[in-house]
Amino acid sequence: MAQRPGAPGFLAHRDGDLVGVAVRDLDPGPAEGGYLSGPASLSVQLTEAVPLGHKLALTDIAAGQAIIEYGQPVGVATRDIRRGDHVHVHNVRSARL
Amino acid sequence: MLTGYRRENGAIGIRNHTVILPVDDLSNAAAEAVAALVPGTLALPHAYGRLQFGADLELTFRTLAGNAANPNVASAVVIGIEPNWTERLVADIAKTGKPVAGFAIERHGDLRTIERAARVAAAFLQDDSERRREKAERHEIVLSVKCGESDTTSGLGSCPTTAQAVDRWVEAGGTVLFGETSELTGGEHLIAERCANEAVRQKFQGLYDRYMAMIARAGVDLLGSQPTQGNIRGGLSTIEEKAMGNIAKTGTKPVVGALEAAEAPGSGPGLYFMDTSSAAAECITLMAAAGAVLHLFPTGQGNVIGHPVEPVIKLTANPLTAQTMAEHIDLDCAGLLRRQYDLTAAGGRLMEICDRTINGRLTCAEAIGHREFVLTRLYPSA
Repeated sequence: MAQRPGAPGFLAHRDGDLVGVAVRDLDPGPAEGGYLSGPASLSVQLTEAVPLGHKLALTDIAAGQAIIEYGQPVGVATRDIRRGDHVHVHNVRSARL
Repeated sequence: MLTGYRRENGAIGIRNHTVILPVDDLSNAAAEAVAALVPGTLALPHAYGRLQFGADLELTFRTLAGNAANPNVASAVVIGIEPNWTERLVADIAKTGKPVAGFAIERHGDLRTIERAARVAAAFLQDDSERRREKAERHEIVLSVKCGESDTTSGLGSCPTTAQAVDRWVEAGGTVLFGETSELTGGEHLIAERCANEAVRQKFQGLYDRYMAMIARAGVDLLGSQPTQGNIRGGLSTIEEKAMGNIAKTGTKPVVGALEAAEAPGSGPGLYFMDTSSAAAECITLMAAAGAVLHLFPTGQGNVIGHPVEPVIKLTANPLTAQTMAEHIDLDCAGLLRRQYDLTAAGGRLMEICDRTINGRLTCAEAIGHREFVLTRLYPSA
């Protein structure tokens, strides 16, 4: 589907979230996004490709630190994650397991 | 302005059905024959109702009586194979004050039963056709929510949009039901924290633990199988993250009560948890039994669910679903992901669809005849 000019590449649920979610397939390089609510914009330099629906780091996240999404912890970093990295099962685990 | 049908017990319905309710599987044929003879009535065939016992039987009675007692139903004709359970259902429905009549097939046969029941159904239908909408307040309209065929657009778009409606309903003094017990796993502590007091919290935790113990008895470990491979492909990394998408639709208000399946809310207005399966038709049938008259159903990949008694509004933020399954989607909120509007505006669009549906506009599912009516079983029949 063609993208409107200015349409975001990713969205974060809440202010304070450490990750955003790609709303289309994103290539490495600069990506523009925002929050579900409010006009604020976010810019991230992606270190790798992030597919639609997958998460990207909005900030550096240290190994052992909680991943905050929806304003809530949704898992734990299993290794150091850099701002702009793809965040998924290769570097996050459930805190329940 | 909102309008609805005020029933004998004061409750507001948004539809005006004359229902033909079979007590059991054996009576489906007669019930459907009556509905065919008297077009405009609504038969509710289902698969069970014989040799059930204990809590499972009580749940079936609560579900059947509750759906006929729902304010969207003006009157009910009940048909069963034998008189005892038929009369029990009639008595339960009659507590609402609405017209109800029961017919047993034994000692009459199907054909004479169909004729007797059809004569009453026709008279009920004529009387029901004179019932008029009157002004109603939002807080009088009981709402329920449940999502399905979820994907990452659900957590980002359709579930937060639904939450906007849930919060606005509660702020208006209304009542909203949510359920899907096992799908809360990973975020059940957040629901527990939102319980209004310790008694509600203990009731909720007890219902949740009971459901999970039932699943464990079947030899299944949800933590080991969630998120699914399909979820992971779509970008979900942990069971906590999956639960957040689900819980996102429940909004931000305190949980004022925790209900057994098909149990009517009894402690005033607000947001209630109900112990339900996460299967769409079962969950909505249980919520309709508790008196919910309008359902909001956020979907990602595209569920086609409808319900005969409780209209179902489906919304999606997945542009592919909105495009390829347009006849099933009442609200396309994919513009949220393109930032064409924000969450508050998406919530406003959903409220507008809700209000039009309340006032009589048919949902997509009503227009194309989706009428999934499914009983929840707790264990096999004797």
